[in-house]
Amino acid sequence: MKMNKNSIGREIPEKIGKLKLSPFEGAFAHTPLVRQDKGNRRLPRLNKLVDTIEQAVLKSELKDGMTISFHHHFRAGDYVLNMVMDVISNLGIKDITLASSSLTTVHDELIPHIKKGTVTHIITSGMRGKLAEFISAGHMEEPVLFHSHGGRARAVEEGEIKIDVAFLGVPSCDVYGNANGYTGPSACGSLGYAKVDAKYADKVVLLTDYLAEYPNTPFSIDQDMVDYIVKVDAVGDPEKISTGATRITRNPRDLLIAQNAADFIAASPYFEDGFSLQTGSGGASLATTRYLTEYMEARNIKASWALGGITGQIVKMHEAGLIKKLLDVQSFDREAIRSIGENRLHTEIDASYYANPLNKGCAVNKLNVVILSALEIDLDFNVNVLTGSDGVIMGASGGHSDTAVGSGLSVIVAPLIRGRTSTVTKRALSVVTPGESVDVFVSDRGIAINPRRKDLIEHFCDVRLPFHTMEELLDKAERLVGRPDPIEFTDKVVGLIEYRDGTIIDVVRQVKGLE
Amino acid sequence: MKIIKTGMAGSLESSDVLITVDSNTGKGRNISLESTVKRQYGKQILKVVEHTLDLLEISDVTVRLEDKGALDCTIRSRLEAAVYRAAGSETYPWESLT
Amino acid sequence: MKLRRTMLYVPGNNAGMMKDAHIYRSDSVMFDLEDSVSLNEKDTARFLVFNALTTLDYEGIETVVRINGLDTPYGREDLKAMVRARPDVIRLPKTETAQDVHDVEAILAEEEKACGLPEGSIRMMAAIEGPLGVLNAYEIATASKRLIGIALGAEDYVTSMKTSRSPGGIELLFARSQILNAARAAGIYALDTVYSDVNNEEGFLDEVRHIKQLGFDGKSVISPRQIQPVHRVYCPDDKEIDHALRVVQAIEEAEANNSGVISLNGKMVDKPIVDRAKRVLEMARATGIRINELEAYCDEDE
Repeated sequence: MKMNKNSIGREIPEKIGKLKLSPFEGAFAHTPLVRQDKGNRRLPRLNKLVDTIEQAVLKSELKDGMTISFHHHFRAGDYVLNMVMDVISNLGIKDITLASSSLTTVHDELIPHIKKGTVTHIITSGMRGKLAEFISAGHMEEPVLFHSHGGRARAVEEGEIKIDVAFLGVPSCDVYGNANGYTGPSACGSLGYAKVDAKYADKVVLLTDYLAEYPNTPFSIDQDMVDYIVKVDAVGDPEKISTGATRITRNPRDLLIAQNAADFIAASPYFEDGFSLQTGSGGASLATTRYLTEYMEARNIKASWALGGITGQIVKMHEAGLIKKLLDVQSFDREAIRSIGENRLHTEIDASYYANPLNKGCAVNKLNVVILSALEIDLDFNVNVLTGSDGVIMGASGGHSDTAVGSGLSVIVAPLIRGRTSTVTKRALSVVTPGESVDVFVSDRGIAINPRRKDLIEHFCDVRLPFHTMEELLDKAERLVGRPDPIEFTDKVVGLIEYRDGTIIDVVRQVKGLE
Repeated sequence: MKIIKTGMAGSLESSDVLITVDSNTGKGRNISLESTVKRQYGKQILKVVEHTLDLLEISDVTVRLEDKGALDCTIRSRLEAAVYRAAGSETYPWESLT
Repeated sequence: MKLRRTMLYVPGNNAGMMKDAHIYRSDSVMFDLEDSVSLNEKDTARFLVFNALTTLDYEGIETVVRINGLDTPYGREDLKAMVRARPDVIRLPKTETAQDVHDVEAILAEEEKACGLPEGSIRMMAAIEGPLGVLNAYEIATASKRLIGIALGAEDYVTSMKTSRSPGGIELLFARSQILNAARAAGIYALDTVYSDVNNEEGFLDEVRHIKQLGFDGKSVISPRQIQPVHRVYCPDDKEIDHALRVVQAIEEAEANNSGVISLNGKMVDKPIVDRAKRVLEMARATGIRINELEAYCDEDE
């Protein structure tokens, strides 16, 4: 047996059977991050801080053609993406793939970076504002890839999106990288989308405006995933990151839709003690919780858990004992942010846990009822939440298709008519969620159950609610607003809409004549 | 009817239309349209305008529409009101408007 | 029985609300050409309401138009236009005397004739908004066969009475009682005034309970959000329906047995009790409660 002497003079066999052994070479030989200055109390504490974003970008070794990621927990208050992109652009780095969990109106500033060639590919859940118009007008060479929240988590975990550097804004972290979303002036609550990126990116750069004392517990992003930390003046505008408690709308039409939705859900077989639910943050969806609360109190029904984007309304129901537990991938308002910071039964989850269709079990699979919005819904119940009636991109895929298919009862709420635009169309301009996963459409002027759900139609045959077929609703709308001329598109594909499993469910084309 | 001055009616609120009517003596109809739903309903809106002007027997006129998604019946209402204002007339032939 | 629990105000110059007016399921919608329309928009509002009524489908909901008074430069033209737009009902504002009703009726008849409608096609209701009108309530209520009801308009009234509206509504007690009494004597509907603090839901409910207890058929509402609360207050509860069913059953049994004296649980049932029971059941049916099921349920119960 061949023996090697290690650094402290012990004889170590070169091999045991087929196992090759590495002899010890000293306490610091292979662990460059372990400090070698034992005993020196005056040395600065070990940390990962770098002085500027530029230093962080350089240290991350970001190169032309790489993929970078961001999260959208700061919503329209986000400063991080624009700050980082400006630095990358000034460094002359080109051909970047931008994989942000979503983009909002503040990201119009990406337009010059696209024109300059800094960014050549975009992967996102959605986009709005001038950026969305810019894309719809066909000004970017490569189509934008639109994914669902669950689909993105899947793609990151499967390596389909290989993130080279994740730039993650965090409301607080310590010098070693323990970060959470509910401490600090820019609190945003759950860091559900950031968590996935921190886990799978090659390099992780945190940006924060609040350095907490070590260890910053409890933490959502762990120190062992973090490479560099940059302290900035502000990661976002707190006023726009979160609003005060999301208030129930006073818009009578939204309230009418909400009443119809609550009437429907309460009469459905899913409304039983221990059910689970998810609601959106839109006016009608949020207001539905108010009327559901009335039904729950009257019939002494409690929900076992609520999922998703958690709102102050859901927190209120939880605190009133109507919902036992909350699983939170994204906190929508200040009440939700407060709650996730102080309540053990309000649990932060990441995007994969939330909705990744290919992990060993995501939360949407166990959902009973989900209330979702729509820009358009067609005669086949296909839902568009991405493009407006003029064909221009103005929304996001979000968790729509994930929760629609995962839940037992997916309820789409929307006004039948907005201005002169009918929500029900013969054929949706673009499809994000396939009709086979949509169960019912609830509007201010009627409710349509998907004919595929024969069980529901049977169940409701004795219930007095304003039921119609989708064809009848379309007819109702067209009698009022007339039949629209079709939107004209060019052949150029400006967006690919990816279904959560990675297949392409639809494409978005360039709108003709859009500047 | 004869247009003798500028007449305006309507508003820029959602579901409404602001219509400005002016004389265009001897030069036919000059209609311009801005609309939030121009791609979907531009042709239909112009049809309603032409039809309403026919009913009111107006041949020489400038009509400017700033539309925020008004229904046909609203467009008609605003155009009728603007035309009567522009014609300085307050005798309305309700029979022929139905 | 035609329900008139709620009449939703729709400002006549609001294009957005024209198409949505009926979707909130009030019993009637009232397009207003009067106080909610500024003086320089009287013509545009008239065109808008005219075209809405002649074009849009209000799906069977009763349509009412509040015209400007004949003492204004607009009232005559309003009537001329609206007869041709054919709402179900014309509402007169600020009615002081029976003559006010006669004046409008005469014009209605003239215009109906002019456009070939059978006389009496369009019904009327009169809003009483001042002390004189309150004193003349019965004359007003019986002034025309076209009248379906009289309504209280309280804002002007309390000002004329040198007071203001208060939560308990004590200042309106006389006017409400007088109008209600006149309407009942004339056999037409009595409708209460608006409650303008839309965000005070509790105060509104208190007032609705109050006017229901007085005996009003319903109330004018200024926001769709006020509709369902009124309907809920007016909806008989299970106990009332159950009792009404038992009363009706008792008289049916008594008639079958040719028994003169009817009693239920040891209490005598006389005509007013029977009439009230029938009205409860009528109201329940009209609000969509499925009485048959309840009847079956009651039978099982016994």
